[in-house]
Amino acid sequence: MFEALSFGDAGWGDELLYGLAVTIRLALTALPVGLAIGFVVAGLSMARSPLLRMLGVGYTTLMRGLPEILTLFVVYNGVGLLLGRIALWYDPAAAPPAFSPFVAGVVALSLVFGAFAAEVLRGAFAALDRGQVEAGQSVGMTRGMIFRRIQVPQVWRFALPGLGNLWINLLKDTSLVSVIALDDLMRMTKVAVGVTKQPFTFYLAACLIYWALCVLSELVLARLEARANRGVRRV
Amino acid sequence: MTAPLILSARDIHKSFGSVEVLKGISLDARKHDVISILGASGSGKSTFLRCLNMLETPTSGSVTVHGEEIVLRNGRPQSMRQIERVRSHLGMVFQQFNLWTHRTVIENVMEGPVLVKRVPRREARERAEALLARVGLANRMDMYPSQLSGGQQQRVAIARALAMEPDAILFDEPTSALDPELVGEVLKVMRALAEEGTTMIVVTHEMAFARDVSSRVVFLHQGRVAEEGSPDEMFRAPRSAEFQRFIANFR
Repeated sequence: MFEALSFGDAGWGDELLYGLAVTIRLALTALPVGLAIGFVVAGLSMARSPLLRMLGVGYTTLMRGLPEILTLFVVYNGVGLLLGRIALWYDPAAAPPAFSPFVAGVVALSLVFGAFAAEVLRGAFAALDRGQVEAGQSVGMTRGMIFRRIQVPQVWRFALPGLGNLWINLLKDTSLVSVIALDDLMRMTKVAVGVTKQPFTFYLAACLIYWALCVLSELVLARLEARANRGVRRV
Repeated sequence: MTAPLILSARDIHKSFGSVEVLKGISLDARKHDVISILGASGSGKSTFLRCLNMLETPTSGSVTVHGEEIVLRNGRPQSMRQIERVRSHLGMVFQQFNLWTHRTVIENVMEGPVLVKRVPRREARERAEALLARVGLANRMDMYPSQLSGGQQQRVAIARALAMEPDAILFDEPTSALDPELVGEVLKVMRALAEEGTTMIVVTHEMAFARDVSSRVVFLHQGRVAEEGSPDEMFRAPRSAEFQRFIANFR
C-alpha cells in the first residue's frame, strides 16, 4: 500500500503532491479576489441608495442560491463561449482562445466566496459600536480615515471566525474543479485510483491531506484571532 | 472687554420624524466659558450638544465655530471638508467614553493629531505622554481601554480631546455611565481644566459641578431654554417654575 504512495515512477506520491500544489494555489488565489468581492458587495448591501442595495442583495441571493458546481459550469462554459465569440468578432480567422480551467476555477470559487463573505462582513459592520465611529468623527477624521483606521480593524475582529469558516469551505470546494479537468488533488487522486484500482488507499490519503490542510488553517486562524482580539476583555 | 466668541448656535431646531426635539435653541460660548447645560432626560440637551459638532444635523438654524458658519443645504452639511475642519476645533467627550478598543491608551490619544493634524509621530507621542500625565494616567499608557476602569477610560477620553488642542470641548454627560465612586476623579480633571481656562460646554446631571465650576448655566425644558444665567443667581433664586422643580429633586 505504501509503495503506491511512494515518490518516483512506481508510486503516485509526486502526482498527489502536484495536485496538492494546484489545490493550494487555487484557494490562495480565490481568497483575496473573493474577499474584495465580499467587501464591495457588503458595501452595496449597506448603501443608502435603494438601487445599489438591491444590486448587493440580489448578488448575494443569486450566488448563495446556486449549487457551486453549477456556478463553475456556467463560468467555465459560458465565459469560455463568450470569449470565443469576442475573439471571432475581432478576427474571424482566430482560433478560439483557451479559457484555462484554473482561471475558471478561481472566478467561480471567488464569486461564491464573495457572496458568503459579504454576509459575514455585513453582520460584522452591524456589530460595530456606533460610538467608535463617532469618536473618529469628533476629532475630525474623514470617512476614509474612519474606514481604514477604525472600521476595518474592528470589523476584521468580528468577521474573522466567519471568514475562517468560509476559507475552510473554500479549501474543500476546490475539489469541485476536478470535474472541469483541472489537475488538483482530487483529480489526481481519482486518476491514481483509476490506474491502480486501489480506491481505499488513495481516497484515504486524499482525506488525510485535506484534513491536514484544515488543521493547519485552523492553527493560523487561531493566531490571527488572538491578534485581532488584542485589547478585548475575555469574558 | 469681552472674550472672543468661539462658538455660536442660532435658533437650532431638530426633529426626528414628526417629533420636534429642539424648538429653537441659541447659545454663545466665549473663550474661557464653562457652560453647563442641565435638563431632565428627554429635554434635548444631548441632541443639542451633538448638533454643535454636527454629529446630528440640525433641521434648521445655524452653527458658527471659529468664525466659520457651517453651511447646511437640504438638511445636510454642504461640505464634509468643512464639517471635519470644524470638528477638529471642537473636542468631544462621550458618555460611554468611546475609546477605540483596538488601540492602546497612548495610541488613542495620538491618533487624532497624527492622522488629522499630521503632527509627526514623535511629537504627538511626547504631547500624549504629557497629557496622560496630566490626567493622572502616566503609568497606563500601553494598556488597552478594556483594562482600565470607567473613570480611567473617561480621563483618557479627555486627554484624547485635549490632544487636538481644540478651541472648546463638548462633554456629553461625562460621568453618567460611571460607578459613583469613580465620578470624583473625572470631575476633578474637569475642574482643573476649567481653572486653566479651557472653554467647555458640559451636558451634565452633576449639580455641584454646574453650581461651583461653571460660569453659566443653561436649563433646557422640552426642547427650549427655560432659564439661563449665572449659577449663583439660578441656584439661589430660580426664576422659572421648571427649574425650581428640577433642582428641588436634587436637594
